[in-house]
Amino acid sequence: MGDPEMTLACLPIGHRAQVVKVGAEGLTRNRLLDLGLVPSTVVEAVRKSPAGDPVAYKIRGAIIALRSEESRLVTVRPLA
Amino acid sequence: MKGLAVDARGVFAKLNPAHSDGVIALAGNPNTGKSTVFNGLTGLNQHTGNWPGKTVVLAKGNYRYKSKLITLVDLPGTYSLLANSADEQVARDFICFGKPDATVVVVDATCLERNLNLALQVMEMTPKVILCVNLIDEAKRKKIEIDCPKLAELLGVPVVPTAAREKVGLDKLKEAIHQMVFAHQQTRPRPVRYNQEIEAAVAKIQPELEPYLRGKIDARWVALRLLDGDTTIITEIKKYLRVENVEKAPREQGELKVVKCYK
Ligand SMILES: Nc1nc2c(ncn2[C@@H]2O[C@H](COP(=O)(O)OP(=O)(O)O)[C@@H](O)[C@H]2O)c(=O)[nH]1
Ligand SMILES: [Mg+2]
Repeated sequence: MGDPEMTLACLPIGHRAQVVKVGAEGLTRNRLLDLGLVPSTVVEAVRKSPAGDPVAYKIRGAIIALRSEESRLVTVRPLA
Repeated sequence: MKGLAVDARGVFAKLNPAHSDGVIALAGNPNTGKSTVFNGLTGLNQHTGNWPGKTVVLAKGNYRYKSKLITLVDLPGTYSLLANSADEQVARDFICFGKPDATVVVVDATCLERNLNLALQVMEMTPKVILCVNLIDEAKRKKIEIDCPKLAELLGVPVVPTAAREKVGLDKLKEAIHQMVFAHQQTRPRPVRYNQEIEAAVAKIQPELEPYLRGKIDARWVALRLLDGDTTIITEIKKYLRVENVEKAPREQGELKVVKCYK
C-alpha cells in the first residue's frame, strides 16, 4: 500500500504528519523552510483560530500559525 | 572607531558613537529574550532609531566592561537572514555590511534545533559569532540539558548559557565578547556543506566573486545567495561596498539555472 500523502492544510487538529515536500516558490518557499518545514520534519496541527484559518502548528518546538494558502503548499505524510 | 567604516552613506555611522571601542550586533529568533539580554547589558543607556528608508526600529545601547565602551545593536528578531522581509533585510545588512566586531546570536535553550538555523546562517556570513543560549532556567524546568562545551566544539564558536531575566550568565557573556573583540580570539565556525551539485556551483562562482569582493564580505556566502536567486544582494553590495560590476562576476549563468531548477 502506498503512503497516503496530503497537504498540511488537510491535516486534522490533534494529528501529526511528516513533511514530504514544500511546493512553494520564492519568498513563500524561503519563509516556510525557515520556519522549519523541511522534508522529514514532524508537524502537529494544534488548534484552529475561531474563523478556521489560520491554524496553529507545532513545528520543531514552537507554535506557528499558518494560513491555508501557505499550508496548502506543503505536502505531508500523516503519522499514525 | 572600529567597524562600520565600510559604509559610504553614513547609514551605519549613525548607529555607532564615535568614541565606542567595539560594536556588537544582537541577533535571534523572536521571543528568545534578545531584548532582555540587551537591557541586562546596557541598562538605561539606550536609544532607538529607525533604519533609514525602512519602518524597522533598531535599539542601540552602551555598556562599559574592563574600561572598554561597547555599543550593542538589538537587531529585529527573525527566523532567517535571507531578506524575506524588511526585518530580515535590515538584520542581514547590518551583520554583513555594518561589520560589527562580533555578533551575538541569542537562542532559546528550550527549542535549540529551531534556533540553530539562524545561528548557522550568521556563521556563514562571519566567523565572529558568539552563541548565547538563553532561557536556560526554562530549559532546566523542562528537564532539557544543554551541553554547552560540546555545542561550542560542534559549532566552532563560543557558547555562553544565560538566564537573562535573572541576569544569570551576563558577566560571562561580556567576557566572551571582550575576548573576541580585544583578545582577537579565533573561532572556527564549522561550515554547512550542501549537496554535491550546489558545492560544485559554489566552487565555480566563489573564485569569480573574490576579486570583486576583496575580502570585504564572505564570497562563499554571496555565491550561495546568488544560487538562491537572491538578486537584492547585488544591489546592497554595490550600495554599501562601492563594488562595481559585481553582477558580471558569475559567468557561469548555466550553473545558476541548474541549481534553481534543482530546488
Ligand atoms: N524564564 C526566562 N524568561 C526570560 C528569559 N529571558 C527573557 N525572558 C522572558 O521572555 C519573554 C521575551 O523576552 P524578550 O526579551 O522580549 O524577547 P525578544 O523578542 O527576543 O526580544 C519576556 O517575557 C522575558 O521576560 C530567561 O532567561 N528566562
Ligand atoms: Mg525584542
